[in-house]
Amino acid sequence: MLPKEGQFRDPSGCAVTGVIDRSGRGMTGEGMIEAISVMHDRSNGLGGGFAGYGIYPHYKDFYAFHLFYDKKEAQEGAEAFIRRHFEIVYSSEIQTRKLPSVTDEPLIFRYFLAPLPQKLANSHLDEREYVARCVNRINAEIAGAYVFSSGKNMGIFKGVGYPEDIGRFYRLEEYEGYAWTCHGRYPTNTPGWWGGAHPFGLLDFSVVHNGEISSYDANRRYIEMFGYKCTLQTDTEVITYIIDYLVRRRGLTLEETAHVLAASFWSTIADKGEEAKEQETLLRRMFPSLLVTGPFSIILGYTGGLMALGDRLKLRSMVCAEKGDRAYISSEESAIRKIEPNLDRVWSPAGGEAVVFELYGKGGLAR
Amino acid sequence: MNMYIQPEYEVIRNSDKCIACRVCERQCANLVHSFDSETGKMKADDSKCVNCHRCVCLCPTHALKIVKSDDTYKINANWDNQTINEVYKQANTGGVLLSSMGNPKPYPVYWDRMLVNASQVTNPPIDPLREPMETQLYLGKRAAKIERDEQGKLKNTLAPQLKLKVPVLFSAMSYGSISYNAHESLARAAEELGTYYNTGEGGLHKDFYKYGKNTIVQVASGRFGVFKDYLESAAAIEIKMGQGAKPGIGGHLPGAKISADVSETRMIPQGVDAISPAPHHDIYSIEDLRQLVYSLKEATEYKKPVIVKIAAVHNAAAIASGIARSGADIIAIDGYRGGTGAAPTRIRDNVGIPIELALAQIDQRLRDEGIRDEVSILVGGSIRSSADVIKAIALGADACYIGTAALLALGCHLCRSCHEGKCNWGIATQRPDLVKRLNPDIGYKRLVNLVTAWNHEIQEMMGGMGINSIEALRGNRLMLRGIGLTDTELNLLGIKYAGESM
Ligand code: SF4
Ligand code: SF4
Repeated sequence: MLPKEGQFRDPSGCAVTGVIDRSGRGMTGEGMIEAISVMHDRSNGLGGGFAGYGIYPHYKDFYAFHLFYDKKEAQEGAEAFIRRHFEIVYSSEIQTRKLPSVTDEPLIFRYFLAPLPQKLANSHLDEREYVARCVNRINAEIAGAYVFSSGKNMGIFKGVGYPEDIGRFYRLEEYEGYAWTCHGRYPTNTPGWWGGAHPFGLLDFSVVHNGEISSYDANRRYIEMFGYKCTLQTDTEVITYIIDYLVRRRGLTLEETAHVLAASFWSTIADKGEEAKEQETLLRRMFPSLLVTGPFSIILGYTGGLMALGDRLKLRSMVCAEKGDRAYISSEESAIRKIEPNLDRVWSPAGGEAVVFELYGKGGLAR
Repeated sequence: MNMYIQPEYEVIRNSDKCIACRVCERQCANLVHSFDSETGKMKADDSKCVNCHRCVCLCPTHALKIVKSDDTYKINANWDNQTINEVYKQANTGGVLLSSMGNPKPYPVYWDRMLVNASQVTNPPIDPLREPMETQLYLGKRAAKIERDEQGKLKNTLAPQLKLKVPVLFSAMSYGSISYNAHESLARAAEELGTYYNTGEGGLHKDFYKYGKNTIVQVASGRFGVFKDYLESAAAIEIKMGQGAKPGIGGHLPGAKISADVSETRMIPQGVDAISPAPHHDIYSIEDLRQLVYSLKEATEYKKPVIVKIAAVHNAAAIASGIARSGADIIAIDGYRGGTGAAPTRIRDNVGIPIELALAQIDQRLRDEGIRDEVSILVGGSIRSSADVIKAIALGADACYIGTAALLALGCHLCRSCHEGKCNWGIATQRPDLVKRLNPDIGYKRLVNLVTAWNHEIQEMMGGMGINSIEALRGNRLMLRGIGLTDTELNLLGIKYAGESM
């Protein structure tokens, strides 16, 4: 029998796409499903998933946990843990649609949670760190339970299957959000575990990624120094942790984070203006082990925005486009054209160049 | 009774080729060769030959070769010839056996039991001739606070670091143990390569202050040549706690090597043995080390990184963890195969552990404790090729020190007789007639060639792995696989076995 995801390293090729309406208007998940279906051949039916932002307006102040349970006992264990650490404001099984192409699904539950104030105070942690650690503990300690989404007013939906089928399975046409990302997976091994599908999420960060990074173990062994555990052994997981570490824990801007992850070559930095030279050199000297090499293109989703970033040699395709308030990111232009044939602007960002689209006037993470 | 010991090597002269030019006679400081005026032929005294190959290389007609003597005692797997001879020698003299260069014993070489990965299909290799392939790096502390100025720009809160254009430095070899010309070659090569050479514990000759920005100065237990200008001239300061070739003991430079110039540089009397004690007498524990680290930093106004060099010994990981918390910026670890100008044979051959295992354990320990960013790791003893460099960095080193390989580039033939002070290649000697055989104009160029060639090879291998920055290779152990190793060895190295996938 093949080992489960996380017991070995599983590089995969993929398709990624994302959309944001910068005015904050809601879009159903249907558009993403249509877009990703064009890139059907970039996936192989072994993983698909979506992240939607702004989808839980009625519970926007609570952490929305999505969990997979392999078995009933896992649910009991996880819920006992959750009750010890959080107030459960609302919980239910996530509504799905039976499809012949989506099989072997686990139990899928959703909880809206508020940390227990006393527990939080006793932990001497900031609230987000408290929640992140709880997620880690459930995933590491409770066999058969897996938290795959844990942010506020956002949610990840993923599973084993082609992404368009996964989208319909989760009935994403019934959700409305201002931003969506989507992922179709082409793993080179076949574990078929739902938790191994993407996006990967930590709090409100979600990452979809296409590529296979060559710096993986250097990045992993470094980031694990700071309390992260790369249990899934995927690129997406380690990249998410790097972003979380740099942005949330160290307070870097997204642009600075991009200069760490996909740092310009020293020769390029030498040709830059004084300020850029000084800042980028400093970032490379501070965080050399978080440089990511090898092909990747990622879309980072977060509260209020999306960021596209590709590796510094641009070894993976990535297209950005705009139409009015909407901005699009995709592995292939065809996916964007499918949902918006008339674009104001289409371009391919340079390798290592971060492209950030944020809600107007919300003071997102970009500088 | 002085037991006769058959020489280990024989000088073979092809009399058809020899033209009796007497070059070998003039070249051999050991006085092996002589001209017999009666027969008009050259003679050789094998008992004096150290097998440095000087004559073999310089003979104009290639008439010479040195062969291992086939004379043998009765074959005995336990008592081999050398072991028996050493007993005879000690019974003859009552002395401690001395040797030089690194441990030559057939212990496992772990570098040769690790294989490197390459990209196929799912991830493209990168061609270093077409794309940038970065081998530049910085050494020092990386742990720093994020602070911003009024405009929100990041402030430089980093401690001083060393910038290297290549992941290779020249390791500590003192003026005294090696010659002026050898030092000049190393200093000039370091400058041209954008890296560093290391003065060793012998002080810095006044002529070489001009290479200060490529110089690491050493502070060892003898404190030879240490004073304000010395510390200030350097790019970094290395505290030598130990050396891989002779862990646990100090140094001994025979009076014969203390020439007028060496005596001035070391600040000790001419012709008297220079003894460095086994411990630093102001460092009997880790707190004391911290005080020395900070004294040196105070003395140089916190402008230079401080390196602490230790020999790889059984408890290296815990020691390194203590050093990382002592304020040091860089830890240098020297493996048991590291070279030396002179060491007791028994210590050289039996004390210490392989650098590969020490490195793997230290890197992992510092990560487990979350303090890997407090220090950079330099390894040496012995790094023999670019492949060793790649493997060391993938195991977790920041960069590598090379000593023996650098001397080989200068002409050394590993005769392991440095302690006799008569190096025919002008390296491990202070005799002016021998020193002048090493031309620094040529020597430095050969060092530059060597490191440049290695750097190209490193770039090729990195490109093959799809890695275009040496920093993304550091600690990237998934790029390594073991071969011919036990489970314990694999665990210690933190790598998988060849054939195991990701
Ligand atoms: S150098 Fe060669 S040719 Fe000249 S005397 Fe010696 S062995 Fe003969
Ligand atoms: S430096 Fe000289 S004496 Fe020492 S091993 Fe090399 S050739 Fe022999």
